[in-house]
Amino acid sequence: MLREMRNPVLTFDGMSKRFADGTVALAGVDLSVASGEFVGVVGPSGCGKSTLLRIVSGLTAASEGKVMVDTDKIGYVFQDPTLLPWRTVQANVELLAELGDLPKQERRRRANEAIELVGLSDFARHHPRALSGGMRMRVSLARSLTLQPELFLFDEPFGALDEITRERLNDELLQLFLTQQFTALFVTHSVTEAVFVSKRVVVMSGRPGRVVGDFPVPFEYPRAPRLRFDEEFAHLAGEVSACLRGERRRPSQPSPPPRPVEGIAHR
Amino acid sequence: MSVGTDIPGPHDATVAGPTQAAVRLRPSRHERWLSLWGPPFLVLLAVTGVWYGVSYLLLDVDRRFLLPPPHDVLQVAFLDRYNLADLLDGLWLSTRVAFLGFAVAIVIGVALAIAMSQARWIERSLYPYAVMTQTIPILAMVPLFGLWFGYGFPSRTLVVVIFAIFPIIASTLFGLQSVQREHHDLFTLHGANRFTRLWKLQFPAALPAVFTGLRIAAGLAVIGAIVGDTFFRQGEAGIGILIDRYQSRLQSEQMVAAILLSSLLGIVVFWFFGFLAKRVVGSWHESAGDAGP
Repeated sequence: MLREMRNPVLTFDGMSKRFADGTVALAGVDLSVASGEFVGVVGPSGCGKSTLLRIVSGLTAASEGKVMVDTDKIGYVFQDPTLLPWRTVQANVELLAELGDLPKQERRRRANEAIELVGLSDFARHHPRALSGGMRMRVSLARSLTLQPELFLFDEPFGALDEITRERLNDELLQLFLTQQFTALFVTHSVTEAVFVSKRVVVMSGRPGRVVGDFPVPFEYPRAPRLRFDEEFAHLAGEVSACLRGERRRPSQPSPPPRPVEGIAHR
Repeated sequence: MSVGTDIPGPHDATVAGPTQAAVRLRPSRHERWLSLWGPPFLVLLAVTGVWYGVSYLLLDVDRRFLLPPPHDVLQVAFLDRYNLADLLDGLWLSTRVAFLGFAVAIVIGVALAIAMSQARWIERSLYPYAVMTQTIPILAMVPLFGLWFGYGFPSRTLVVVIFAIFPIIASTLFGLQSVQREHHDLFTLHGANRFTRLWKLQFPAALPAVFTGLRIAAGLAVIGAIVGDTFFRQGEAGIGILIDRYQSRLQSEQMVAAILLSSLLGIVVFWFFGFLAKRVVGSWHESAGDAGP
């Protein structure tokens, strides 16, 4: 079955970013993300992965090249859960809807729904300090979900968590991806994590960052946790790692749109 | 070689851990009361003992007025109706001065800190003068205030404001600026304006620091009220004027009593703000003030 061609939600065309101090973080990034895609981005630390997300979200402007973002419903999940410690889980999840001036009832409804989705209904009245790291991250996810984003940006969201928690959250994130219908750009420093969650893994070079590899991931969703121990999975992860180390380079895809790949299920 | 089995393994630890913790975490009310008030009470006993020692062993009868023993202080200053009335009137006046000055310092201090947090140029313009309230020889200024504003309530209040305002400005500003960049990013992403950011992010984040500043400033406000009073030496008598008067009349029992009362006032306001901090930010902030002694 061929994947249907969808419009890109996000396109970078020769995009570069130079900071005021002269540091060049990104140099000529070409990348396109189609609607409904889950794209993982891996790269050595300091290669501008986070800057990439900041540019997509509009927090920072690109210095050169084109950036096209086809939605203003963007969810941004930082590495730190960025919860407000004085607010309860419920109030934290309501925050974005509150900043967007949604009526109180609607905020409450959306927050309850999102909290339920991440399985924290029993903790709605707790303060963040009473929660574990993984639970805080779930609250952070729920908070973004209330705005029903079309494009989700993840900046190493599970990087600070232990492996067991991280893998569980990967599974839960994929569940959300399948039910909530968003496009995702997922930055991580873990190759295994990137391959496990993504439909496509993009490899970036060291600073200044640009795209040096683009790997389709041929596994169907939903993905079982044991996929991580699959031979084909290990092989692909090995290839991505080699590319990351600069041993083998695959030219970045001339996208948009993403290359049709056989055997990938539709969402 | 087998590793010694007498080394407590994780299993032992889990068995011993909770039981011990339970014992430690749930002492009886009586024990808690004792552990809360016992140590300061012991110190009080020790200090009283040293005090008696100095009065009776170090000072001979002629010089005992330098430090009259505790029971004399109690007798002369607190059990004599007229002396007590003088002291309480003075305490009441100084308390009012301290509280009003402190309230004014909070309003002005927090407002200045908010203004400074909004723009670097405001901070750069104002901060040096805020520091000046700390470095200015306030005792030299006191006579000037007297000349300018008289010796009544307003100038005493002004002295308190100058004493107390700096910690309020400094800690509030620190608190407002302590917000993490990611939190600011989050608010920026969702289009929060300056006021929303201040009200929903910076101000609540600053509260623990604000309370720390308030506790320090509260003590300074009491000192300010007494110092101002002492140096004015005119007008209605607060604790400071009383101390000055008792000193010149060598009424050392009353003088000691006045000093005790003023430090008691300082302790009470310090406790009060610790208590308030615990109530307001205790549910989410670990370092919230401890309301205990």
